[in-house]
Amino acid sequence: MMCGLPGYFRRILKTSRGYYCLRSFGVLTGQQYTSSGSHQYDGRLYPSHIPTSPVQKAILAVGSGVAALKNPYRHDMVAVLGETTGHQALIRLRDQMRNDSEGCTILVERPRIRLSTLDLTQMSALPDGTLGREYLRFLEENRVTPDSRADVKFVDNEELAYVMQRYREVHDLLHTLLGMPTNMLGEVAVKWFEAAQTGLPMCVLGATLGPLRLSVSRLQLLVQSLGPWALRSGSCARCVLSVFYERRWDQNLVELRHQLNIEPAPVNLFPSSKKTSSNS
Amino acid sequence: MAASIRALRFFSDCTRNIYHVSRCRIKHVCCRAGITGCRGYSDSTEGRSTHFGFQTVPEEEKAEKVYKVFESVAEKYDVMNDAMSLGIHRLWKDTLLHIMNPQPGLRLLDTAGGTGDISFRFLEYTHSMYDRQQRLRAKSRQTPSWQDITEHYASDDAGPTQSRAVVCDINKEMLKVGKQKAETAGITTGLSWVAGDAEELPFDDDQFDIYTIAFGIRNVTHIEQALQEALRVLKPGGRFMCLEFSKVTNPLLARLYDTYSFQMIPVLGEVIAGDWKSYQYLVESIRKFPDQETFKEMIEDAGFLSVQYFNLTGGIVAIHSGFKL
Repeated sequence: MMCGLPGYFRRILKTSRGYYCLRSFGVLTGQQYTSSGSHQYDGRLYPSHIPTSPVQKAILAVGSGVAALKNPYRHDMVAVLGETTGHQALIRLRDQMRNDSEGCTILVERPRIRLSTLDLTQMSALPDGTLGREYLRFLEENRVTPDSRADVKFVDNEELAYVMQRYREVHDLLHTLLGMPTNMLGEVAVKWFEAAQTGLPMCVLGATLGPLRLSVSRLQLLVQSLGPWALRSGSCARCVLSVFYERRWDQNLVELRHQLNIEPAPVNLFPSSKKTSSNS
Repeated sequence: MAASIRALRFFSDCTRNIYHVSRCRIKHVCCRAGITGCRGYSDSTEGRSTHFGFQTVPEEEKAEKVYKVFESVAEKYDVMNDAMSLGIHRLWKDTLLHIMNPQPGLRLLDTAGGTGDISFRFLEYTHSMYDRQQRLRAKSRQTPSWQDITEHYASDDAGPTQSRAVVCDINKEMLKVGKQKAETAGITTGLSWVAGDAEELPFDDDQFDIYTIAFGIRNVTHIEQALQEALRVLKPGGRFMCLEFSKVTNPLLARLYDTYSFQMIPVLGEVIAGDWKSYQYLVESIRKFPDQETFKEMIEDAGFLSVQYFNLTGGIVAIHSGFKL
């Protein structure tokens, strides 16, 4: 629903019942906002939704890009950049998911990976080498939690917002699947994989600018072996968002990789050999 | 502690102003103590819910919500002010000081003073005025007699002529940021920081020469109460000054201002401070605040005299001033 700029300004001046920024203008002009099917969240499509106009999205995209480049620790800015620029890629991802039976199930059931939905005791009781056990190990070693992912705010379609949220929550699982740590090199490798898989502009940008912060030796490693592997795996692998991880915790990691068409990593980046392989 | 303060306020209100009892203070005491049975009182009375931006919320919740907003924006408050107003807020605050024209030696209460902008300007203004007065005095005393010199020494100590500013804010995060600013700027004397509620100031009667509240009164749940408190703590002859966003009269400017407010400001809030909702609240709360004339009447109702207002930047902000006589 990208309307042209003149049309947008015309809408503001005519105080119309346009979709964007309605609550504010609606109260100013005394009109009540009505929209089909969104009475539940008072004009928003989902609880964390903030409706924005195309102009606002453009400014958000530019602003968040600059902020994220200046301070890479501002994960919220990276998230905003992804949401405001990822419309086409999200549509493509959603269509890929729809064409896959497991992906379809996910779109219907809408599972969320949060600490409250994970059964941690059961997962830690699983044998080594299974997805659940290795994922838990990854979370503990890197001291991260799946609950730290920001909620999607600026995507104006409820289903696409879920796809974006799923992408964020699957990111940590990707680290486990690919066997990459959370240091800069590991993150860049995962970003290259994601860029090849999803085509999200935020991933492409991260993949292009991330290597600039690497040391020479790591850059060499990236360019010679990790990078090509990540790109290859990314383009050949099955859509990682279409996998119902929550029902595969007890599946062996090597077998899962094989099923998803992901090659094992060419280099072990973990300091101790905690990397899962068949000879653990 | 909040419950006891509320109880204390209830009793002091009873003796001072019956009007406030009718605004259901009893319910506040009960509800603060968590007695759910009291909720039966609330149903048909107005004054139970109020606005939080464009939302309607129960009165008790508004103060908490406002607290949370300022707690989260405190760190980036000054940066955001510069970004949102393109630096013009500095001119507004300077104009407030020029209209105030404080003489050295006065006591200022800067309510909702937060990061201390008004207080710093006040101290700077009075210090430079004091220096100027000293220089003029020195110029006129080219050949002083011994008598003059001793008088000069006697009056030169900082005590009687020192201006003092008290920054009062309900939000401890904002005060913390303000204190750090003061330390960086090297301002140590004449400034105190007090945590307090504008509706219930922790000061005795007749204490201050000037009371200011800059961009704070629209966040107060009961504006009339804040005005009453202002009247109470001012000395007779004291001046009340309020700098606040107000209604723009020119329709074209109003449209531009609205578009800018609702389109740009939350976006800036998201990018710079990572908080869209707080800045959405900010622009909505501006729309909910009464216009210049209505606010002037509210100030007159509270008991101030010689009330006037000055519009700045086409009415985007207005400075209201009144005297306690």
